[in-house]
Amino acid sequence: MKSLAELQAIKEKMQNKVALREGSGEMRVVVGMATCGIAAGARPVLNTFVEEVANANLAGKVTVSQTGCIGICQFEPVVEIYEAGKEEKTTYVKMTPDKAKRVVEEHIKGGKVVAEYTFAKENA
Amino acid sequence: MKEISLNILDIAKNSVKARASLVTILLEESEDKLTLIIEDDGCGMKEDTLRGVCDPFYTTRTTRKVGLGIPLLKLSCEQTEGTFSIESRDEETYPDSHGTKVTAVFNKKHIDFTPLGDVAGSIVTLIQGDPDMDFLFRHTTPCGEVALDTRELRAQLGDISLAEFEIITWISEYLKEQYEEIENASPTA
Repeated sequence: MKSLAELQAIKEKMQNKVALREGSGEMRVVVGMATCGIAAGARPVLNTFVEEVANANLAGKVTVSQTGCIGICQFEPVVEIYEAGKEEKTTYVKMTPDKAKRVVEEHIKGGKVVAEYTFAKENA
Repeated sequence: MKEISLNILDIAKNSVKARASLVTILLEESEDKLTLIIEDDGCGMKEDTLRGVCDPFYTTRTTRKVGLGIPLLKLSCEQTEGTFSIESRDEETYPDSHGTKVTAVFNKKHIDFTPLGDVAGSIVTLIQGDPDMDFLFRHTTPCGEVALDTRELRAQLGDISLAEFEIITWISEYLKEQYEEIENASPTA
């Protein structure tokens, strides 16, 4: 059974790492988490991004955060990816946990946008 | 909403917007009833705003951001012939005791009862989204209890953010373990 005392050990392990992370954040994953997003299935999408990024040891490079409604409720769950040095963000629409896994693999790790899941493609 | 846990996630987000420092989420389950209480110490609402939040078509400039969240929770509870109430004290009138409290009672045996779903997932999502806010969560069932208080985690972690991947993963496993424990237990009553 887990106990709160374990957090002490995690904290000690992290303290060095956190110092290294300062100023990083080359990539930001933002998941829409308003009523519309939640009802459309954003929670498992967010949790998949958190898990996959953690499993791939990308915490130093990638942050995952939540935002409100961005106004395209019919395309929820919506995920936006912002990259340092890239002017345009990528907007993924109608996301699922499986699509999220593919985005982590191909876009976040591989640097290649998964075009078929983007708003541009869906709206074309 | 397909799960009550999604209503919980959605409604607790209102407490974030109300700049609460502590959000208490209580689930009390008996054989045939589920009581959900979400209480915060945020800015609260004045009477006229409060009257509007239950009506999805009441949208003035000040209440537009409230939207569908409360009506959807009210619906999922009233469709089980349960009861719903919301009380609030705004910070201007009650500088020392402001906040909002939502109480929803569901009849679990009613055919239109929405399953509770992944509550642990909602709690983790709330902490991940607003790691500086405190959450007190307790789910009591006839088979035992699941509980988490972020203030206790913070006491161990100092200034390390609860949103760090390692911590979020730990919280998620911590809750899952507790849920497994009560799922494998038999009712104590």
